[in-house]
Amino acid sequence: MSKLSRDELRSIADLARIALTEAELDQFSSQLDVILDSVAKVQEIVNDEIKPMSHALDINNVFRADVVGNSLSATDALAAAPASEDDRFRVPRILEEE
Amino acid sequence: MTELTRMTAVDLAAGIKKKEFSAVDVAKAHFDQIAAVDKKLNAFLFIDEDGAMAQAANVDKKLASGEFLGPLAGVPVAVKDIFTQKDIPTTCGSRILENWRPPYDSTVVSRMKNADMVLLGKVNMDEFAMGSSTETSAYGPTTNPWDTSRIPGGSSGGSSAAVAGFLAPLAVGTDTGGSIRQPAAVTGTVGVKPTYGGISRYGIVALASSLDQAGPFARTVLDAALLHQAIAGYDPLDSTSINQPIPDFVAAAKHKDIAGMKLGIVKEFAGEGYQAGVLNRFNEAVAILRNLGAEIVELSCPSFTYALAAYYLIQPSECSSNLARFDGMRYGLRVDDGDSSVEQVMAATRAAGFGPEVKRRIIIGTYALSSGYYDAYYGSAQKVRRLIADDFNAAFSQVDALISPTSPITAFKIGEKLNDPMAMYLNDICTIPVNLAGVGGMSVPIGLADEDNLPAGMQIMAPVMCDDRMYRVAGALESALVSSWGGLLLDKAPRL
Amino acid sequence: MNLFEFENVITDFKPVLGLEVHVELNTKTKVFCSCPTNFGASPNTNVCPTCLGLPGSLPVLNEKAIESIIKIGLALNCQIAPWSRMARKNYFYPDMPKDYQISQYDEPICFDGFLDVLVPNGDDSSKIRIGIERVHLEEDTGKLTHAGGFTGRIHGADYSLVDYNRAGIPLVEIVTKIIPDTGELAPEVAKAYVATLRDLIRNLGVSDVRMEEGSLRCDVNVSLMPIESNQLGTRTETKNVNSLRSVERAVRFEMQRQAALLKAGERVKQETRHFHENDGSTSPGRSKEQAEEYRYFPEPDLLPIAPDSKWIEQLRSELPETPTAKRERLKQAWQITDFEMLAVVNAGALDLIEATVELGTDPSAARKWWLGKITRIANERGVELEQIDITPAQVAEIDQLVATGALNDKLARQVISSVIAGEGSPGEIVQKQGLAVVSDDSALLDAIKEAIVAMPEVVSKIQDGKLQASGALIGAVMKATGGKADAAKVRKLLFDYLGVSQD
Ligand SMILES: [Mg+2]
Ligand SMILES: [Zn+2]
Repeated sequence: MSKLSRDELRSIADLARIALTEAELDQFSSQLDVILDSVAKVQEIVNDEIKPMSHALDINNVFRADVVGNSLSATDALAAAPASEDDRFRVPRILEEE
Repeated sequence: MTELTRMTAVDLAAGIKKKEFSAVDVAKAHFDQIAAVDKKLNAFLFIDEDGAMAQAANVDKKLASGEFLGPLAGVPVAVKDIFTQKDIPTTCGSRILENWRPPYDSTVVSRMKNADMVLLGKVNMDEFAMGSSTETSAYGPTTNPWDTSRIPGGSSGGSSAAVAGFLAPLAVGTDTGGSIRQPAAVTGTVGVKPTYGGISRYGIVALASSLDQAGPFARTVLDAALLHQAIAGYDPLDSTSINQPIPDFVAAAKHKDIAGMKLGIVKEFAGEGYQAGVLNRFNEAVAILRNLGAEIVELSCPSFTYALAAYYLIQPSECSSNLARFDGMRYGLRVDDGDSSVEQVMAATRAAGFGPEVKRRIIIGTYALSSGYYDAYYGSAQKVRRLIADDFNAAFSQVDALISPTSPITAFKIGEKLNDPMAMYLNDICTIPVNLAGVGGMSVPIGLADEDNLPAGMQIMAPVMCDDRMYRVAGALESALVSSWGGLLLDKAPRL
Repeated sequence: MNLFEFENVITDFKPVLGLEVHVELNTKTKVFCSCPTNFGASPNTNVCPTCLGLPGSLPVLNEKAIESIIKIGLALNCQIAPWSRMARKNYFYPDMPKDYQISQYDEPICFDGFLDVLVPNGDDSSKIRIGIERVHLEEDTGKLTHAGGFTGRIHGADYSLVDYNRAGIPLVEIVTKIIPDTGELAPEVAKAYVATLRDLIRNLGVSDVRMEEGSLRCDVNVSLMPIESNQLGTRTETKNVNSLRSVERAVRFEMQRQAALLKAGERVKQETRHFHENDGSTSPGRSKEQAEEYRYFPEPDLLPIAPDSKWIEQLRSELPETPTAKRERLKQAWQITDFEMLAVVNAGALDLIEATVELGTDPSAARKWWLGKITRIANERGVELEQIDITPAQVAEIDQLVATGALNDKLARQVISSVIAGEGSPGEIVQKQGLAVVSDDSALLDAIKEAIVAMPEVVSKIQDGKLQASGALIGAVMKATGGKADAAKVRKLLFDYLGVSQD
């Protein structure tokens, strides 16, 4: 198992949207190594024949009827919002190349 | 008369019904106890005295007007801070949710309200349920009532400490890899992780959706059964809840006869890392079960050896996705200098709002799901999961239930393992396979380890939707042990 | 920006298309919660813990959404997966409450189908079979409004506002296989595909498919390969193209733009692009040079979807007539050619004409009104025919007035304009504006007599049997009555007056 480089770790932190400090990068990369090594263990017994188990239950087709139920009021929906305006959630500017 | 705070849920409910004392008296006694000792335990994150006293008064009023009341009416309960409760802070032990008051009740909370239980408040936990010690809470560690320099287990450590410390006769917690059973074991309480899908997950802040399950904490097996019965059952709001009649846990807990039952001990659970005193108590408990007429069989579940590794991939993967929503946009903390882009605000908010253990697991999970690694990591782990479920099925074709120590060790000192993630995970070595397969597991106290006089627990595991079997075994074992001890194990704990 | 002449693009390059269409289903409730889906509700009122992604909330699948997507799959000749799962697509964006979208990854509910479309090709039409790669179910996002900047666009905005009413509305994504070898027809093929797909889905009744309201959105992928090569070129994805005409323009523009780059020895950048309605151009958006890291994995909160064959056959039996069958049937009923039918379909007039005919209008008359005056108005305004404010009932009423002689064609076109301008019903307009044909025989006769006096030589020609000369007299009468006379009637009165047989 290849070790995680610091740059790799940084791009994963970006993907996870967490601004890691240099100290955290150091700390995590050393801890991740230990963990990633243990991951190799799983490879020891798996093969193509085994059907992955995504759900503990062998149940399919759980649906609800298309019937309107209760919604929240805008006041309740926005009660915990860090910022709002005109009954909408206010969020910082979104960067996108144009 | 016994102090109200030291009574079982069964006796409290009966006393309230017989008007020996009121529900308000019971609630008051518990708030007094909380006020007196929670400084030492730090179990409660939010005390809902007004709400609880109103609920208690309502029970007394219903009783006075002759209304029908359920078996737990007026009984106080502590709620792990992972369950949403309308208008009551729900922090998950995290700064990122500080002061968040949800606009809705979790199904477990609403069922307890409907059962006329008295919800005392919200109790501490490892941040987002990540940990086995309740040390990762942003609001400080909870301590173990047996020895306040030690951990109460985790992640549901507030729940176990509240019950063991006589702050609440009952509590609810959640268990993703052992987060109910291990804290129950190290505090001398009873804790149950039901069959996956047995209790609705609606309103439980998700750690790993495919593993999370809620369950009861109590001081006796019967009390646990009563609470389990009150909160279990199909919920159309949770697609993964099982739409089948629930077994009668209460009857099973009262059954006490296990003659002829076959119980299995899994070879693969033996190994290094077990404290001698824990193994001694376990072996004695096995002897008791044999004396009660159970047949004990040793069997092999070879893939259990890989459970920890599989868990380590599935749990962070799902958690990295489940915790993405904490981005400071709609609720909770937002770190914004007023000049940053939304991307920067999200990253800064998550950096400031999450503790190191949460960040670490999100990073691991993000990595495990990244392209190029998915099949090798998450996909392979799901295959291991299948093998473990197959092993359980094979085992349950031979025996009625499986038994093991719950935790290999007793409560360790606060701070002792905080910086050693793998050592922390080893606490869950016996409990993790149960979550991966979705079967039921529970922990019952089996005595104190010789080395440190701290509680040890036995784990009892049963097939999917056969949780009643665990109660039957646990009820019989408890009954034998309690008569040998001359009272509950918890009676031996030092008074706080 | 340099654009290569379209004709020359074709001689040097082969265009390759791929179209991704998102369709909002018209279920009563959202896909994972019971919030209503009505368009235009006040902000953040059609929301609940689940569609706001609040901690602890869980999704539960709407059965109607599953039925709708299976119907779409069946109508597109797809295989229906006997077992499939929803998956999480993970990425951070403030319009997405959970910061992951519940979608499908490698197990779409429907896959491997096709849709035949007709495109005009010179004086004829070509049938082109578009392969359907997959049809999957996912949830829509919230709606962002950009504020503080002066353009109202994302770029340069100070902050944005989010309304989550739309979050969680069921979306069906329909992805074509690669569409090769369409040559110069490429822009028409893209447009015809979206138009045909829209008609098919509307016909199924599972979506309103209103491009202008965003219930049908199209992403257009275009790449070019050199004429002598079989190596696929780098593609661009133009996002959210929201009218049929724009689909065609976007393809055309990208072909011309990419050809210019390649001709200049430059390379095409893999990226998403924005389409601009005003000039039909595209501009770069997010660069996709780096592969997206969506970290898909099976959604653990939802159980697999496993429709049995009984359910699928039940849904198949509920399917309405296919657009192809419908076209064939109406082509026969209206007695028109393939080419004429194509004109109807491409104008987006099929349903409108059918509805008009059902109200008793003669098919050729119905086609005349919809493809004539009304289509011209739609083209002038650059909108779809169905967005023009005139109903089949109003057209049928106008045609009835023509049939009874109360209006002539010219007046009828005037009434159409007035109806569209919102001046009232056809009857009201005729009355208010005094547009009715002059049917008072004595008034017409007076005009005829004047014309006869003014043109004695024409009269002689008619009396000599040269009936076609009567045009001059009829024209004079029409002029005298301000165009409000029924020409056929004038002709009859004229011949009667002159005592000449019309035959
Ligand atoms: Mg999509
Ligand atoms: Zn909703």
